[in-house]
Amino acid sequence: MSNRKLNMKDKYRLLTRDLEWEYSYQDYEEIFKQESFEGIKITDWSKWEDPFRLTMDSYWKYQAEKEKKLYAILDAFAQNNGQQNVADARYVNAIKLFLTGVSPLEYQAYNGFAHVGRQFGGVGARVACQMQSLDELRHVQTQIHAMSHYNKHFDGFQDFAHMHDRVWYLSVPKSFFDDARSAGPFEFMVAIGFSFEYVLTNLLFVPFMSGAAYNGDMATVTFGFSAQSDEARHMTLGLEIIKFMLEQHPDNVPIVQRWINKWLWRGYRVLTLVAMMMDYMLPNKVMSWQESFEVYFEEAAGSLFKDLARYGIEMPNYAADAIAEKEHLSHQAWGIFYNYGHAAAFHTWMPTDQEMDWLSEKYPNTFDKYYRPRYEEWRKMEEAGERFYNPTLPMLCQTCQIPMGFTDMENPTMTSYKQSVYDGERYNFCSTGCKDIFDHEPEKYVQSWLPVHQIYQGNCGGAEMEDVLGEYYKMNLGADNLDFKGSPDEARWNAWHNLEPAEDKLKKAS
Amino acid sequence: MSKVYIALQDNEESRYIVEAIEEDNPDATVIYQPAMIRIENEGHLVIKRETVEEMMGRDWEVMALHVNLITLGGNVDEDEDQLSLTWND
Amino acid sequence: MTIEIKTATLEPIRNTFEHTKRRFGDKPASRYQEASYDIAPENNFHYRPMWQPEKLLNDTSRTAVVMEDWYAYKDPRQFYYGTYVQARAKLQEVTESNYAFFNKRGLADRMSDEVKSKIIRCLVPLRHMELGANMNNVLCTAYGTSTVLTQAFLYNGMDRLGIAQYLSRIGLLLDGNSTESLATAKEYWMTDSAWQGLRRYTENTLVLEDWFEVFIAQDVVLDTLVYDLIYRQFDEAITEEGGSDLAMLIEFMQEWHKDNSRWVDATLKSTVAESEHNKELIGRWVAEWQEKAVADLAPLAEIAVGEEAVKASVEVLNKRLAKAGI
Repeated sequence: MSNRKLNMKDKYRLLTRDLEWEYSYQDYEEIFKQESFEGIKITDWSKWEDPFRLTMDSYWKYQAEKEKKLYAILDAFAQNNGQQNVADARYVNAIKLFLTGVSPLEYQAYNGFAHVGRQFGGVGARVACQMQSLDELRHVQTQIHAMSHYNKHFDGFQDFAHMHDRVWYLSVPKSFFDDARSAGPFEFMVAIGFSFEYVLTNLLFVPFMSGAAYNGDMATVTFGFSAQSDEARHMTLGLEIIKFMLEQHPDNVPIVQRWINKWLWRGYRVLTLVAMMMDYMLPNKVMSWQESFEVYFEEAAGSLFKDLARYGIEMPNYAADAIAEKEHLSHQAWGIFYNYGHAAAFHTWMPTDQEMDWLSEKYPNTFDKYYRPRYEEWRKMEEAGERFYNPTLPMLCQTCQIPMGFTDMENPTMTSYKQSVYDGERYNFCSTGCKDIFDHEPEKYVQSWLPVHQIYQGNCGGAEMEDVLGEYYKMNLGADNLDFKGSPDEARWNAWHNLEPAEDKLKKAS
Repeated sequence: MSKVYIALQDNEESRYIVEAIEEDNPDATVIYQPAMIRIENEGHLVIKRETVEEMMGRDWEVMALHVNLITLGGNVDEDEDQLSLTWND
Repeated sequence: MTIEIKTATLEPIRNTFEHTKRRFGDKPASRYQEASYDIAPENNFHYRPMWQPEKLLNDTSRTAVVMEDWYAYKDPRQFYYGTYVQARAKLQEVTESNYAFFNKRGLADRMSDEVKSKIIRCLVPLRHMELGANMNNVLCTAYGTSTVLTQAFLYNGMDRLGIAQYLSRIGLLLDGNSTESLATAKEYWMTDSAWQGLRRYTENTLVLEDWFEVFIAQDVVLDTLVYDLIYRQFDEAITEEGGSDLAMLIEFMQEWHKDNSRWVDATLKSTVAESEHNKELIGRWVAEWQEKAVADLAPLAEIAVGEEAVKASVEVLNKRLAKAGI
């Protein structure tokens, strides 16, 4: 019998698309109940293009190869006490933020992609989403395993899932993904598959992973590189879903545009934490947030949206606002965390003179004018033994849930307050983007579990802040929180490296 | 025109892939960064299985790229013989 | 002096994460434990799902089964992602070399046309049932809440896709890549009276809302019967008829079923043992779906193996259920 050669495209089609059949004992609409409620019109699922044609046997083979390599390094890291090789212990606070803030988002992605991996009517799309769900599970588990050794030697890693569900700054990423998962399957894909995993992904991953590389964190950098090839598949899925929706029906275009506008803004707001991390938490700097934003958003998104213009899609309307903020964002964010260092499960600190000079150089228009004076004032208070911790709780933006510390770009010393009234109640926002998101779906955003409101309502224990932090958040007070200076992390680090703190050196000298 | 790009982990296997890319895309720019090799080109970039096999001296599947890949930018077209990236503007 | 300080302060300050300490005690936890227990979000969800506003995003009430602790399970294989893909990759390597051997030696040509036709009629259409199984298990991943369970469902779901792909490749091996066998198999799935019961059963499971009921209907009842019928009994029957070379092509499915069954059995047993409520509920589901499955499979069983085939598979199922306390 002749053995004809099948090309890869045809073979993949037979091994996935062709598995599907026309249902006749039950209605398509009963099997795929969530396909039409968002108003997206799909006329022909067979037009779906599979960019990566990975069959399960290849998936197992190549992913197993990656896991072998990754775990060999994680084992070596643990055996050789690799945590001692990071640039300095302040760096570790960046990855505390990662495990408590980002890893739970990988978990939500695992959950969310499984959901759409069942709900989409097209088998090609389902399979791609299912594979992504499996990849996201890989990410959350390998991150937990990579950080496991750090947890044994530093404070702040130990209760990440518990904290993610409760702590004030972690409601920013949590609400972002809850928003995506509570949306319908098509909006979920625009939110996460496209906006987060395609447009914004490099703004999240490159800083953390390069930050790890530049600061001696072998475990994280290895995880990062290992995960990135999964990300390449995710990116192509995100791009494909957008093109597919736009090509299926012209009525989809305005819906997709509105989602792109919303999700670019919501995703950008979550990246505030990354901006702060890049500019303030890395002893060895990779690049400034501004530089990263220019390369990974302004340039990269520019190319992308030029390509999408043929469908009638425009650059997201709040992109200009994000660009206007790029010289301010990280400083305002670190300012917030410096204020609330007593309530965070990672350390904060005063930048060194050298670091402030770097910030002056990278932000010539803003740092010396608006932010250095603040730091100098706080430093004076530190030196007088009165390191400033803000005793009140901040107002949060109803949509993004970040404390209202952002300013009006026309007038950078004025806090940006926007408001809406809905059903007799007043709601507050940090920006036009967040206000517009609320105004379009107020019945959704009034449900937000705002951590500060909840504390004041007595739903987080209390009545003292210590009770909220220690019992409800399960922070180890005096270990997880407060300034890096004087922390148990610092003391241990100094002991390992036989470093005496400057004060003790001075005492000995006299 | 916009730039397409691909980034690979800097290891033994990737170096052969980079050599192949340079041969098939003479105008491409290769940038060496910590632990990573990034290759950019205007509008189009292609990785050919045959060329990689020539450089490596053994059989190689296009899909094996997944093990070394870090990130990429552009519309992807993949089959048994090649992977290409394109921007249509 | 210096060295003492160094080693003394290199002692870990804690043995494990808090979540594993709370559950397993103050000692180093395994990788499986660290990444499978108590890591799913449980509290303070921000918005109700627009696609199901009467429930929360993660909601234990998406099933009528009640567990005091949804983490009171353990996958006997202790699969987390890394161990899962590595286990499957090992099996895949053997399988790939089997398929290459079958192809290289032209073993399809050694099979009679009758045997080939019988395989295309009785085995290859299962690729569609496996797609249904993929969809069902992924549903359980999405609507279950505890990672210990949901990850195992996802592994199962993706395994089913893999099996569907191997079944497709069997067709292509038998028809020399003409793709005719797949078209024929699909025709059987859509219209052959031997297959309509199974297709109807599958479509009926695809509209269920309670994910644990889906688990019962698919992973417990249907899979036990089908795998015994086809991958044991049909395998034996076709071997008698000169199709012994098929064995190397279906070894993956047989090994997989053994492995997967360990998890299915453990999960079923723990859930039934929890309460009278669960036992009664699951008992009812099993009875309902078993009745349907037996009726739906009978025509296929007859042409694939023979009259008594279904009964033999039912015995296997009953034994399994008894082990689980039903």
